[in-house]
Amino acid sequence: MLPEIPATFCFILSGILFTIGAVGAILRRNVIVVFMCIELMLNAVNLVFIAAANALSSMDGSIFVFFIMTVAAVEAAVGLAIFVMVFRQRNTVDPYEIDLLKG
Amino acid sequence: MNALGFQEIVFIALAVAAIATSLLMVTTKDAIHSALWMIATFFIMAVIYLLLNAQFIAVAQVMVYAGAIMMLILFVIMLVRMETGQEGTGGAARRSRPVKIAGALITVVLLAELLLGAFFYQMSGRSGEYSVAVVNSIGSVRTVGALLYGQYLFPFEIASILLLVGIVGAVVIAKRK
Repeated sequence: MLPEIPATFCFILSGILFTIGAVGAILRRNVIVVFMCIELMLNAVNLVFIAAANALSSMDGSIFVFFIMTVAAVEAAVGLAIFVMVFRQRNTVDPYEIDLLKG
Repeated sequence: MNALGFQEIVFIALAVAAIATSLLMVTTKDAIHSALWMIATFFIMAVIYLLLNAQFIAVAQVMVYAGAIMMLILFVIMLVRMETGQEGTGGAARRSRPVKIAGALITVVLLAELLLGAFFYQMSGRSGEYSVAVVNSIGSVRTVGALLYGQYLFPFEIASILLLVGIVGAVVIAKRK
Protein backbone atom coordinates (compact mmCIF):
# COMPACT_ATOMS: atom_id res chain seq x y z
CA MET A 1 0.00 0.00 0.00
CA LEU A 2 1.17 3.51 -0.77
CA PRO A 3 2.28 5.71 2.13
CA GLU A 4 0.17 8.70 3.01
CA ILE A 5 0.98 12.29 2.10
CA PRO A 6 0.65 14.51 5.21
CA ALA A 7 -2.60 16.47 5.06
CA THR A 8 -0.73 19.59 6.20
CA PHE A 9 1.16 19.74 2.89
CA CYS A 10 -2.13 19.76 1.01
CA PHE A 11 -3.62 22.41 3.29
CA ILE A 12 -0.62 24.69 2.75
CA LEU A 13 -0.76 24.22 -1.03
CA SER A 14 -4.49 24.88 -0.96
CA GLY A 15 -4.01 28.07 1.09
CA ILE A 16 -1.44 29.39 -1.37
CA LEU A 17 -3.62 28.58 -4.38
CA PHE A 18 -6.66 30.17 -2.73
CA THR A 19 -4.69 33.35 -2.00
CA ILE A 20 -3.43 33.55 -5.59
CA GLY A 21 -7.00 33.16 -6.81
CA ALA A 22 -8.38 35.78 -4.43
CA VAL A 23 -5.73 38.35 -5.30
CA GLY A 24 -6.20 37.70 -9.01
CA ALA A 25 -9.96 38.12 -8.65
CA ILE A 26 -9.40 41.50 -6.98
CA LEU A 27 -6.66 42.90 -9.20
CA ARG A 28 -7.37 41.64 -12.71
CA ARG A 29 -9.39 43.90 -14.98
CA ASN A 30 -10.97 41.35 -17.28
CA VAL A 31 -14.14 39.62 -16.11
CA ILE A 32 -13.23 36.34 -17.77
CA VAL A 33 -9.85 36.19 -16.01
CA VAL A 34 -11.60 37.13 -12.75
CA PHE A 35 -13.96 34.24 -13.38
CA MET A 36 -11.00 31.89 -13.92
CA CYS A 37 -9.50 33.06 -10.62
CA ILE A 38 -12.77 32.15 -8.88
CA GLU A 39 -12.55 28.70 -10.45
CA LEU A 40 -9.02 28.42 -9.04
CA MET A 41 -10.35 29.27 -5.56
CA LEU A 42 -13.02 26.57 -5.94
CA ASN A 43 -10.26 24.13 -6.88
CA ALA A 44 -8.28 25.02 -3.75
CA VAL A 45 -11.36 24.23 -1.67
CA ASN A 46 -11.77 20.92 -3.52
CA LEU A 47 -8.18 20.05 -2.63
CA VAL A 48 -8.90 20.59 1.09
CA PHE A 49 -11.96 18.35 0.87
CA ILE A 50 -10.01 15.57 -0.83
CA ALA A 51 -7.02 15.85 1.53
CA ALA A 52 -9.16 15.82 4.68
CA ALA A 53 -11.26 12.92 3.40
CA ASN A 54 -8.09 11.01 2.58
CA ALA A 55 -6.60 11.68 6.02
CA LEU A 56 -9.80 10.58 7.76
CA SER A 57 -10.31 7.64 5.37
CA SER A 58 -13.75 8.87 4.44
CA MET A 59 -15.46 8.98 1.05
CA ASP A 60 -17.63 12.03 1.70
CA GLY A 61 -14.93 14.37 0.41
CA SER A 62 -15.29 12.94 -3.08
CA ILE A 63 -19.07 13.36 -2.92
CA PHE A 64 -18.80 16.98 -1.85
CA VAL A 65 -16.24 17.73 -4.56
CA PHE A 66 -18.57 16.13 -7.09
CA PHE A 67 -21.35 18.53 -6.10
CA ILE A 68 -18.97 21.51 -6.08
CA MET A 69 -17.95 20.58 -9.63
CA THR A 70 -21.60 20.41 -10.67
CA VAL A 71 -22.25 23.87 -9.26
CA ALA A 72 -19.06 25.19 -10.90
CA ALA A 73 -20.15 23.85 -14.28
CA VAL A 74 -23.57 25.49 -14.00
CA GLU A 75 -21.91 28.68 -12.80
CA ALA A 76 -19.55 28.64 -15.81
CA ALA A 77 -22.43 28.19 -18.27
CA VAL A 78 -24.62 30.94 -16.79
CA GLY A 79 -21.75 33.32 -15.98
CA LEU A 80 -20.24 33.13 -19.44
CA ALA A 81 -23.67 33.65 -20.99
CA ILE A 82 -23.98 36.80 -18.89
CA PHE A 83 -20.51 37.96 -20.04
CA VAL A 84 -21.48 37.46 -23.69
CA MET A 85 -24.69 39.42 -23.16
CA VAL A 86 -22.92 42.25 -21.33
CA PHE A 87 -20.25 42.40 -24.03
CA ARG A 88 -22.97 42.75 -26.66
CA GLN A 89 -24.47 45.71 -24.80
CA ARG A 90 -21.32 47.48 -23.60
CA ASN A 91 -18.55 46.20 -25.89
CA THR A 92 -16.18 45.75 -22.94
CA VAL A 93 -15.03 43.07 -20.50
CA ASP A 94 -13.59 45.51 -17.94
CA PRO A 95 -15.38 44.98 -14.62
CA TYR A 96 -15.01 48.68 -13.84
CA GLU A 97 -16.88 49.62 -17.00
CA ILE A 98 -19.77 47.23 -16.45
CA ASP A 99 -22.31 49.24 -14.48
CA LEU A 100 -25.59 48.10 -15.98
CA LEU A 101 -27.25 47.98 -12.57
CA LYS A 102 -26.45 51.62 -11.79
CA GLY A 103 -29.68 53.59 -11.66
CA MET B 1 11.05 13.93 10.23
CA ASN B 2 12.74 11.15 8.36
CA ALA B 3 13.79 11.20 4.72
CA LEU B 4 11.11 12.14 2.26
CA GLY B 5 9.55 9.24 0.42
CA PHE B 6 8.92 9.05 -3.29
CA GLN B 7 5.31 10.20 -2.87
CA GLU B 8 6.29 13.31 -0.94
CA ILE B 9 8.89 14.29 -3.53
CA VAL B 10 6.35 13.88 -6.33
CA PHE B 11 3.80 15.85 -4.33
CA ILE B 12 6.20 18.72 -3.64
CA ALA B 13 7.24 18.89 -7.30
CA LEU B 14 3.56 18.98 -8.31
CA ALA B 15 2.79 21.61 -5.69
CA VAL B 16 5.58 23.87 -6.95
CA ALA B 17 4.37 23.36 -10.53
CA ALA B 18 0.77 24.15 -9.51
CA ILE B 19 1.79 27.35 -7.74
CA ALA B 20 3.98 28.41 -10.68
CA THR B 21 1.28 27.79 -13.29
CA SER B 22 -1.41 29.53 -11.23
CA LEU B 23 0.88 32.54 -10.68
CA LEU B 24 1.49 32.68 -14.43
CA MET B 25 -2.26 32.40 -14.94
CA VAL B 26 -2.88 35.44 -12.74
CA THR B 27 -0.01 37.57 -14.07
CA THR B 28 -0.15 36.92 -17.84
CA LYS B 29 -1.64 39.84 -19.75
CA ASP B 30 -3.17 37.83 -22.57
CA ALA B 31 -6.45 36.18 -21.58
CA ILE B 32 -5.91 33.20 -23.90
CA HIS B 33 -2.50 32.47 -22.33
CA SER B 34 -4.11 32.87 -18.94
CA ALA B 35 -6.68 30.22 -19.83
CA LEU B 36 -3.99 27.84 -21.11
CA TRP B 37 -2.02 28.17 -17.85
CA MET B 38 -5.27 27.49 -16.00
CA ILE B 39 -5.66 24.22 -17.94
CA ALA B 40 -2.11 23.26 -16.87
CA THR B 41 -3.03 24.00 -13.24
CA PHE B 42 -6.13 21.81 -13.51
CA PHE B 43 -4.13 18.90 -14.92
CA ILE B 44 -1.59 19.18 -12.09
CA MET B 45 -4.44 19.25 -9.57
CA ALA B 46 -5.83 16.07 -11.15
CA VAL B 47 -2.49 14.31 -10.57
CA ILE B 48 -2.50 15.52 -6.95
CA TYR B 49 -5.99 14.02 -6.54
CA LEU B 50 -4.59 10.74 -7.87
CA LEU B 51 -1.85 10.87 -5.21
CA LEU B 52 -4.57 11.42 -2.59
CA ASN B 53 -6.42 8.25 -3.67
CA ALA B 54 -9.36 10.05 -5.31
CA GLN B 55 -9.31 8.46 -8.76
CA PHE B 56 -12.91 9.31 -9.63
CA ILE B 57 -12.43 12.98 -8.79
CA ALA B 58 -9.16 13.07 -10.77
CA VAL B 59 -10.94 11.85 -13.89
CA ALA B 60 -13.87 14.18 -13.28
CA GLN B 61 -11.42 17.08 -12.83
CA VAL B 62 -9.86 16.44 -16.24
CA MET B 63 -13.21 15.96 -17.97
CA VAL B 64 -15.29 18.68 -16.29
CA TYR B 65 -12.74 21.39 -15.50
CA ALA B 66 -9.88 20.97 -17.96
CA GLY B 67 -12.26 19.75 -20.65
CA ALA B 68 -15.69 21.31 -20.48
CA ILE B 69 -15.33 24.48 -18.42
CA MET B 70 -12.03 25.63 -19.92
CA MET B 71 -13.29 24.88 -23.43
CA LEU B 72 -16.28 27.10 -22.67
CA ILE B 73 -14.06 29.86 -21.30
CA LEU B 74 -11.71 29.75 -24.32
CA PHE B 75 -14.71 29.84 -26.62
CA VAL B 76 -16.13 32.91 -24.87
CA ILE B 77 -12.73 34.66 -24.91
CA MET B 78 -12.63 34.21 -28.68
CA LEU B 79 -16.28 35.23 -28.96
CA VAL B 80 -15.86 38.58 -27.20
CA ARG B 81 -12.80 39.57 -29.27
CA MET B 82 -10.22 40.45 -26.69
CA GLU B 83 -8.65 43.21 -28.79
CA THR B 84 -11.42 45.54 -27.78
CA GLY B 85 -11.43 44.52 -24.17
CA GLN B 86 -7.69 44.13 -23.58
CA GLU B 87 -6.36 45.15 -20.20
CA GLY B 88 -3.90 47.92 -19.58
CA THR B 89 -4.93 50.24 -22.39
CA GLY B 90 -5.96 53.52 -20.86
CA GLY B 91 -7.44 51.81 -17.86
CA ALA B 92 -4.21 51.74 -15.87
CA ALA B 93 -5.11 54.95 -14.06
CA ARG B 94 -8.32 53.33 -12.87
CA ARG B 95 -6.43 50.81 -10.75
CA SER B 96 -5.47 53.42 -8.20
CA ARG B 97 -3.20 53.22 -5.18
CA PRO B 98 -5.91 52.20 -2.68
CA VAL B 99 -6.78 49.20 -4.85
CA LYS B 100 -3.14 48.13 -5.00
CA ILE B 101 -2.72 48.56 -1.24
CA ALA B 102 -5.92 46.61 -0.62
CA GLY B 103 -4.65 43.84 -2.88
CA ALA B 104 -1.32 43.61 -1.08
CA LEU B 105 -3.02 43.69 2.33
CA ILE B 106 -5.46 40.95 1.37
CA THR B 107 -2.61 38.81 0.04
CA VAL B 108 -0.63 39.06 3.27
CA VAL B 109 -3.56 38.69 5.68
CA LEU B 110 -5.25 35.86 3.81
CA LEU B 111 -2.03 33.92 3.31
CA ALA B 112 -0.97 34.36 6.95
CA GLU B 113 -4.40 33.30 8.16
CA LEU B 114 -4.56 30.22 5.95
CA LEU B 115 -1.01 29.13 6.75
CA LEU B 116 -1.54 29.59 10.50
CA GLY B 117 -4.66 27.50 10.19
CA ALA B 118 -2.80 24.83 8.23
CA PHE B 119 0.05 24.62 10.74
CA PHE B 120 -1.93 24.67 13.97
CA TYR B 121 -5.08 22.75 13.06
CA GLN B 122 -6.03 19.58 14.81
CA MET B 123 -7.80 16.90 12.87
CA SER B 124 -10.75 16.31 15.15
CA GLY B 125 -12.94 13.98 13.11
CA ARG B 126 -13.29 10.27 13.62
CA SER B 127 -11.82 8.00 11.00
CA GLY B 128 -14.36 6.69 8.53
CA GLU B 129 -14.80 3.22 7.20
CA TYR B 130 -13.40 3.89 3.72
CA SER B 131 -9.68 3.38 4.26
CA VAL B 132 -7.40 3.05 1.26
CA ALA B 133 -7.30 -0.73 1.48
CA VAL B 134 -11.10 -1.02 1.66
CA VAL B 135 -11.65 1.40 -1.22
CA ASN B 136 -9.03 -0.29 -3.37
CA SER B 137 -10.57 -3.71 -2.76
CA ILE B 138 -14.02 -2.46 -3.84
CA GLY B 139 -12.89 0.10 -6.43
CA SER B 140 -12.93 3.87 -6.07
CA VAL B 141 -15.55 4.62 -8.72
CA ARG B 142 -17.79 1.84 -7.43
CA THR B 143 -17.62 3.27 -3.91
CA VAL B 144 -18.45 6.78 -5.07
CA GLY B 145 -21.26 5.48 -7.26
CA ALA B 146 -22.80 3.43 -4.46
CA LEU B 147 -22.75 6.47 -2.17
CA LEU B 148 -24.13 8.83 -4.85
CA TYR B 149 -27.02 6.55 -5.77
CA GLY B 150 -27.63 5.46 -2.19
CA GLN B 151 -27.03 7.79 0.70
CA TYR B 152 -26.79 10.94 -1.45
CA LEU B 153 -29.54 10.16 -3.97
CA PHE B 154 -31.67 13.21 -3.15
CA PRO B 155 -28.84 15.79 -3.48
CA PHE B 156 -27.86 14.04 -6.71
CA GLU B 157 -31.35 14.57 -8.15
CA ILE B 158 -31.33 18.20 -6.96
CA ALA B 159 -28.01 18.62 -8.80
CA SER B 160 -29.62 17.34 -11.99
CA ILE B 161 -32.40 19.92 -11.63
CA LEU B 162 -29.72 22.58 -11.08
CA LEU B 163 -27.97 21.53 -14.28
CA LEU B 164 -31.26 21.69 -16.20
CA VAL B 165 -31.93 25.20 -14.85
CA GLY B 166 -28.37 26.17 -15.83
CA ILE B 167 -28.83 24.95 -19.42
CA VAL B 168 -32.14 26.78 -19.85
CA GLY B 169 -30.85 29.90 -18.10
CA ALA B 170 -27.73 30.10 -20.27
CA VAL B 171 -29.78 29.78 -23.46
CA VAL B 172 -32.31 32.40 -22.30
CA ILE B 173 -29.63 34.88 -21.21
CA ALA B 174 -27.43 34.58 -24.29
CA LYS B 175 -30.28 34.55 -26.82
CA ARG B 176 -30.22 37.49 -29.19
CA LYS B 177 -33.42 39.45 -28.75
